[in-house]
Amino acid sequence: MVQALNYLKESASQTAGPFVHIGLAPGAAGFDIYARELGHDIIGPNAKGERITVTGTVTDGTGAPVKDVLIEVWQANAAGIYPGKGAVENSFRGWGRVIPDFDTGVFRFNTIKPGAVRGRNDVMMAPHLNLWLVARGINVGLNTRMYFADENTANASDPVLALIEQANRRDTLIAKADGTIYHFDICLQGAHETVFFDI
Amino acid sequence: MSPSDLIQRDRQWHPPAHAPDYKTSVARSPHNALLSLQNTDSELTGPTFGHDDIDAGDNDLLRNYAQTGDPIGERIILHGRVLDENARPVPHTLVEIWQANAGGRYRHKKDTYLAPIDPNFGGCGRTLSDDQGRYMFRTVKPGAYPWRNWVNNWRPAHIHISVFGTAFAQRLITQMYFEGDPLIAKCPIVNAIPDPRAIGQLVAALDLNASAPLDAIAYKFDIVLRGHRSTHFENRPEGN
Repeated sequence: MVQALNYLKESASQTAGPFVHIGLAPGAAGFDIYARELGHDIIGPNAKGERITVTGTVTDGTGAPVKDVLIEVWQANAAGIYPGKGAVENSFRGWGRVIPDFDTGVFRFNTIKPGAVRGRNDVMMAPHLNLWLVARGINVGLNTRMYFADENTANASDPVLALIEQANRRDTLIAKADGTIYHFDICLQGAHETVFFDI
Repeated sequence: MSPSDLIQRDRQWHPPAHAPDYKTSVARSPHNALLSLQNTDSELTGPTFGHDDIDAGDNDLLRNYAQTGDPIGERIILHGRVLDENARPVPHTLVEIWQANAGGRYRHKKDTYLAPIDPNFGGCGRTLSDDQGRYMFRTVKPGAYPWRNWVNNWRPAHIHISVFGTAFAQRLITQMYFEGDPLIAKCPIVNAIPDPRAIGQLVAALDLNASAPLDAIAYKFDIVLRGHRSTHFENRPEGN
C-alpha cells in the first residue's frame, strides 16, 4: 500500500444564490446593517494615474442581462504594483465589488487605469483588471480579465491574450475605449462568449 | 519574490458549470473550455482586510440587526477554521456569511416567499479569522424554503459563506449544510457536486462540546482554501 498524501481538498464551491447582496452588499439588498460596506471604493482617495469609468452588462445564453450578478475587481495601481506586493498609495486597496442596476442590468464603476504588470519569466502583461463573477446558476465563480482597447501595442505582446488559441476570441477580453469610459460586456454563453480562466 | 503557485483547482471535485438538474445553470454556464493559466501576481496577490473594516459585533447575527428583541428561531453557534490544502491555518482572512431567517425567508426585496420577515434578523455577518484561522458566528438556524426549480423543490437549511484567503485565485463562495438534514440528499444544487465526499465536507457537524449550555447549540464547519505548491528554495529554483 502506498503512503497517503496528507493534503486536504478545497471546499467545493456552491452558487452564491440570488441573494448574494444580503451578505456582500446588504445596502443594495435594501437594508443598512454595517457602519462600513466593503468594496465601494477600489482605489482610495490618493491613487495616482488616469481616472476611468468602466460600464457594461453581463448576459446569459439567451441574451438576457444577468441582473443579480456580483463582480469583484482586483487590480494593480498605475505603476503596475499590486497591494501586498510592493509599495502602493496609502489606502489603495485595488479591490472592489460591482453590482449592476437591478432593473437594467448595467454595471458601472470608477477606478484608475492600472499599469502593466510583470508576468511569468519577466514578460510584461498589458494593463488589465482581474474580474470574478458570482451569481445564481454559477456553480464556481468565473475568472476573467478586462484589457484596454487603447493599449494595442501592449495587448499584442500580452502573454495571456496570446494563449487564446482562437485569436478571434481575444476581443472578448478587450474593453472599447470612449475617452475615459470603457465599455466591457461579458457574455456567459453564445457567439461572443467571454474567455474565462482556470487559474 | 512571489509566493509559490497554487495547487491546481480540482475541477472534478467542484460542481461543473453546466448542471442540467440545477436549471439556472443551463443558460449561465460557459460552453467553451476555460483557459488554463499559470499563476502570476494577478492571481497570487489578493485584497486584505483589517479590524478597521469591520466591527466587533458584526459576527453576532442574534444582535447585529435586532430592533426590539432577539430573532425567532433555534440559536446556534457556528465555528470552525479556515485552512488551506496544506492543512495550514489561514489567519486574518475575511469570512462573510448570509442566510435566510428561521422561517426560510431572506431579507431581500426580491424574496417573495410567504414566510414572514423577522424584524430582529438581518441575515448577514462577517468576521476575520484569528491567528490560528479560527472564526465564530452566533446566529439562528435558517429554515428550509421552496424554490422554483422543479415544482416541489426545497433547499436544505444552509448558510452561504464567502472567504478570501491571501490570493485572488483562492476566492471561494460555498454553502454549509447541517448534519442530519434529509433535504441535503435531494437538492439539485448540492447534487451538482459529483463526489459524495465533497458533499460531506460541506456538512457542518453538530458540536455539543462547543455549545453554550441552556443558550445555543453549536455546529463546527472547517473551510478549506487552495494551498500552495512546495515552497520556493533559494538553492533549488528549478525544482518546485
